[in-house]
Amino acid sequence: MERAAGDPGICSTRVSEILAKYSRRPDALVSILHDVQKEAGYVSEKAMTEIASELDIPVSKVYGVATFYTLFSTRPKGRYIVRVCENAPCHVRGARAVVEALERELGIPMGGTTSDGRFTLEYTSCLGVCGVAPAIMINEAVYGNLTPERVPLILKEYK
Amino acid sequence: MEFYRSHVLVCGGTPCVLEGCKGVRDALVAEVQRRGLEREVKVVETGCLGPCDLGPVIVVYPEGTLYQKVRVSDVPDIVEEHLLKGRVVARLVGEAPQAGVVKYEEPKYLGVQERIVLRNCGVIDPESIEEYIARDGYRALARCLTEMKPADVIEAVKKSGLVGRGGAAFPTGLKWSFTAKAGADQKYILCNADEGEPGTFKDRLILEGDPHSILEGMAIAGYAVGADKGFVYVRGEYVLSIERLGKAIEQARALGLLGQNVFGTGFSFDVEIRKGAGAYVCGEETALIESIEGKRGEPRVKPPYPGTEGLFGKPTVVNNVETLANIPPILLNGPEWFRRVGTERCPGTKVFTLTGDIKNKGLIEVPMGITLRRVVFEIGGGIPGGRGFKMAQTGGTSGGCLPKELLDVPMDYFTLPEHGSALGSGALLIMDDSHCIVDIARCFMEFFKHESCGKCTPCREGTARLYEIVDKIARGDGQPGDLELLEELGAAMQATSLCGLGQSAPVPIKTMLKYFRDEFHAHVHERLCPTGTCGI
Ligand SMILES: Cc1cc2nc3c(=O)[nH]c(=O)nc-3n(C[C@H](O)[C@H](O)[C@H](O)COP(=O)(O)O)c2cc1C
Ligand code: SF4
Ligand code: FES
Ligand code: FES
Repeated sequence: MERAAGDPGICSTRVSEILAKYSRRPDALVSILHDVQKEAGYVSEKAMTEIASELDIPVSKVYGVATFYTLFSTRPKGRYIVRVCENAPCHVRGARAVVEALERELGIPMGGTTSDGRFTLEYTSCLGVCGVAPAIMINEAVYGNLTPERVPLILKEYK
Repeated sequence: MEFYRSHVLVCGGTPCVLEGCKGVRDALVAEVQRRGLEREVKVVETGCLGPCDLGPVIVVYPEGTLYQKVRVSDVPDIVEEHLLKGRVVARLVGEAPQAGVVKYEEPKYLGVQERIVLRNCGVIDPESIEEYIARDGYRALARCLTEMKPADVIEAVKKSGLVGRGGAAFPTGLKWSFTAKAGADQKYILCNADEGEPGTFKDRLILEGDPHSILEGMAIAGYAVGADKGFVYVRGEYVLSIERLGKAIEQARALGLLGQNVFGTGFSFDVEIRKGAGAYVCGEETALIESIEGKRGEPRVKPPYPGTEGLFGKPTVVNNVETLANIPPILLNGPEWFRRVGTERCPGTKVFTLTGDIKNKGLIEVPMGITLRRVVFEIGGGIPGGRGFKMAQTGGTSGGCLPKELLDVPMDYFTLPEHGSALGSGALLIMDDSHCIVDIARCFMEFFKHESCGKCTPCREGTARLYEIVDKIARGDGQPGDLELLEELGAAMQATSLCGLGQSAPVPIKTMLKYFRDEFHAHVHERLCPTGTCGI
């Protein structure tokens, strides 16, 4: 899913609708954050405050949960999040060279976002496709059997 | 049922999806139709067929011919040559043995395998409950509900000797009996499909290939312990697993196999999916429970154990996907049947995921107790590129590394720990002799440093220190005494960490220091990396 750059987050009505979908149950917090993250690309401070007040729990709790899980982000990121696996099975099959190729192609270090707001590059833990290691994931699409040579070809699809 | 001359199975597991199996399937269906063969040839999209690194993979029955790396452009040839003229398309069979044709029944695919957990995987269309039922699906549940008392079900699982396949190897029947005995108005069954152990993707492929077997296993567990509600906690990244499982739940509800009054017996059981959000520690059962309750996934202090005080404080059974997939066949065929495979202490099979420097990567199911040598050289086809075997890590990143001297150790939950390792989730990472021990050790430690939840000090500090020391050694700055320090730290973490993460983080490094000490030594004392990896 592509999002507009500089997305201000998510409007209060949508947050309210998402909360309603889960009957405002505090135990659904992880699912709620999933929905907000999916729609806005990140979980903004404003969204966290709204969730907290509507679920009647402290904001610190929402923040604590949102920052615990790596699939949630509390800051806006690039439109395409490139997640690279460097766990052992991928490492053994040459993930290091793939990381270097990605950094080179995008002109940013690990953890960085391109200045046009298009790509964010980060690490992920094992994606569970180690049979085709090394692997990366761009938003929800996974790519396996990667080589440094394939990196520019894949990125081209998103440029 | 209609009769087809040929069945073409197209693997629809995630690794094959990545390589474009959907396009191949669509092209096959279209081409079969164009040739007017749709009454003779049936194209079925299945779960994982096993050799995931050769995707997209298809198998044509009745011959059992396995085609690999199939492209849309190959489809006309397959239909024309194979399905019309009965001739194998030689260029798609890969490295063929004497006979010239690769068969799915060969050792490296199905030969030495024994399929209990994967009985339907790669055989049926996972999105069709009818196909599951046609292969005895939900019969075990029916038998439990109509012919057995809950206590009989637990007794049968106990007798089977099944131990949990999530890593801790706790006897499943015993676990159920604790929850069955606990008095409470509400109990839960949780299926642990968080699968974060690097190198493991079996649960993903079981869910993708045979989701109903998990639902049936959970319902049987629910009947046995008196629970009417279940949750499957699936990794958020497992998009296809979540989709197929969701479909399966709807189908089962529609046929009355989940929901109120199952088989008209008064037993009710329903299942909900919960998505994980990227935290390895959430695979730990109490962290998983915290996460379902909407909290940070930090492990709880045990006891109390989930069996008596779990989700929302209620008695809760937590079982791994593979454990649950074993349940229906055990109840259908009996404990004795199950015990005929595997070892005395560890009956049954084990699903392994083969990764790393090995010819045939992918998913296999073999009798428990098989040796590493048979898996690596017979099923895995050995080490590619003319290289030698250096070591295998069993059980994922939290397991130990075994050198070639230990290739003949039988792999089960009790024997591997005797050698400092673990069977764990069943991940097998094979490494050839080009790899540097210290470099690999650093990779393992980086993982734990990142995944430690930080709740307890020994693990939070310990994982960071272990990483620092190994990193220092890799950079050529190791000091005398560092290796001993690693061991001391590891021992302290194993003794004092709150959960299994901190307790098992030192396991890989301990075994590496035990079996490959000279390589560490060379880095520290001679500033030398024997494989030339570390650039010191
Ligand atoms: C850090 C950590 C991660 C774990 N991850 C998983 C996992 O991904 N899947 C799993 O089934 N068990 C995992 N476990 C084991 C569970 O705590 C638990 O033992 C298991 O789910 C019980 O099911 P079983 O008896 O069927 O094996 C993990 C344990 C620890 C300490
Ligand atoms: S051992 Fe590690 S992961 Fe487990 S509770 Fe302690 S800090 Fe968290
Ligand atoms: S280790 Fe990279 S996908 Fe599993
Ligand atoms: S996913 Fe296709 S063979 Fe495993």
